Amino acid sequence: MNLALKDIRYSFGRFALTTLGVGMLLMVVMGMGGIYRGVIEDATLLIDRVDADLWIVQRDTRGPFAEVSRVPPSLVHRATAVPGVASAREFVYHTIQRERNGKPLRIAVMGLSWPTDKGEWIALTGGRVLRQNHFEMIANESLGLPVGHRIQLGQETYTVVGTTNNMIGSSGDGMAFVTVRDAQAIQFDVPGEAVRLERAAREARGRRFDLVAQQPMLLANAQRPGSELPAVARPGLSAVMVSLKPDADADVVADIIGGWGDVSVYTSDGQRELLLKGTVEKIKRQIGLFRVLLTVIAAIIMALILYTMTLDKIHSIALLKLIGAPNTVILGLILQQALLLGAFGFAIAYLVGQKVFPMFPRRVLVTQPDLIQLAAIVLGISILSSVLGIWKALRISPNEALS
Amino acid sequence: MSDAGETLAIETDRLTKIYGSGNTEVVAMRDVSMQVHRGEVVALLGPSGSGKSTFLTAVGLINPPTAGRVLIGGKLVVEGDVPHTNLRSFRRRHLGFVFQKSNLIPFLSARENVQIAMQLNGDTPKSARTRAQELLDYLGVGDRGENLPSMLSGGQQQRVAVARALANHPSVILADEPTAALDSHRGRQVMELFAKVAHEQQAAVIVVTHDHRSLDVFDTRYEMEDGLMRLAES
Repeated sequence: MNLALKDIRYSFGRFALTTLGVGMLLMVVMGMGGIYRGVIEDATLLIDRVDADLWIVQRDTRGPFAEVSRVPPSLVHRATAVPGVASAREFVYHTIQRERNGKPLRIAVMGLSWPTDKGEWIALTGGRVLRQNHFEMIANESLGLPVGHRIQLGQETYTVVGTTNNMIGSSGDGMAFVTVRDAQAIQFDVPGEAVRLERAAREARGRRFDLVAQQPMLLANAQRPGSELPAVARPGLSAVMVSLKPDADADVVADIIGGWGDVSVYTSDGQRELLLKGTVEKIKRQIGLFRVLLTVIAAIIMALILYTMTLDKIHSIALLKLIGAPNTVILGLILQQALLLGAFGFAIAYLVGQKVFPMFPRRVLVTQPDLIQLAAIVLGISILSSVLGIWKALRISPNEALS
Repeated sequence: MSDAGETLAIETDRLTKIYGSGNTEVVAMRDVSMQVHRGEVVALLGPSGSGKSTFLTAVGLINPPTAGRVLIGGKLVVEGDVPHTNLRSFRRRHLGFVFQKSNLIPFLSARENVQIAMQLNGDTPKSARTRAQELLDYLGVGDRGENLPSMLSGGQQQRVAVARALANHPSVILADEPTAALDSHRGRQVMELFAKVAHEQQAAVIVVTHDHRSLDVFDTRYEMEDGLMRLAES
């Protein structure tokens, strides 16, 4: 005869409500873990998906995912010339914010190295990859830009030709893929008035040079677009991604490129590690601490619930002792109820979480190892929290059955 | 050993119980000696606070005496406040209890309340279930076996409590004012039930009672006052 189940059946309504409450609490614990896992996944997704063997970044920086990195466009050609390199691609990545239908629209823009990279590595959910060098875009579904949608960014209008999902930047913004040139145009777009002011300032600086007195035509150059001026460099790249030949030794190639004075080289794993140790580390610790707090709170609440459930059964426990029930029977009653409370709470947390988590603005990724870990924690909490109830039960005297 | 010795179910020797100490010391029971044989039904009378319940809980191995000895079935089980055996296990095998209120476990059905006592004593669920039903039939509440205690009348609950007390063939049944919550008719029925059980199952029964209307069913009557016990006049 299972006394725990009999008691639960007797006060089913209260047990069900209590379990629901515990389940909701565990769902929050589960959700915090999922948010943490989602942050990691979102942050490293790009590094994992672009499938580069080496990342070349500005000297002494930690790369574009950790800080601002600027490398010259010619670096692509230098890298391609290194023995063992199969291909080198430009990497341009930045986040912009525009307004759409009265709401802010944040887009993580990534440049694809046309024509080497047309976005074939992106898992499309609709449309197609890029087919021309300009004004086409592949957008993550979270941006709400369907295939065929046209959006103005900077001076130009871009047409969404393909959609993808789960492509999120490290800050949680949906990604949009355009060619590197378009990404740079979007990044370095400045209003006409700013261009005019810059040209005027250029001319004013020119007048102060003696050289202008000898060559007045130099001042005329000040009025030309910046891209036509040899002294003004082309907009830089964030990094260069290198893919190696199958038989190439990554360390050897990295040593060669690392020897250049203007860049640093990281493997994909190194770049991933830098990202996790830098940007994500604080979020990881913050969510981790919050998760620990929630777990402790869940344990305290469960302990109080089980203690109250034990108090409600004082008379029955005293009676059981009076008729000779050994302590194991009474411990079993409380422990089984604690485990059932934990198990049902966990099941509710999982089932409700499956429905609720997709509604969150950022990805909540509940992985199987995390589920197993939480199940083990819930098991531990259930056992620990029953200690208070067991302690109380052991102190109950059979005399109390007579009172 | 004499025949009387062989059939002796309960023997108490100079049982004394003192609560508190110094100025707050209260002697609840003083040098109480008593012998009850198998099949004997004993009434324990006396005003409130006279020490009846203290005596009953001492014999029931719930509340150890300060001094004196308790022997059950000829075995010394308590001497002073020192147990000579595992009291909880001994209670389970040899003692049955019935209280003023039925004291059934609320989340178990009538049959399960009886069955649990047998299962705790090592019976298999199947045999315990069969015997529990037999006991309920014997006590006239067999048709209420699947009902929870809250669905039974006071008299029916007391019958179930008696069935539970009988579950493990105890040599001793202790009842503390078992008819206090019942009307006179049902009270008498319960008292007669104790007499029937004692005679048919050869159990020694001690009933603490204030109910003077059913005293004729008892074989022996004791009175307690100020912690002292004496045989009552017929």
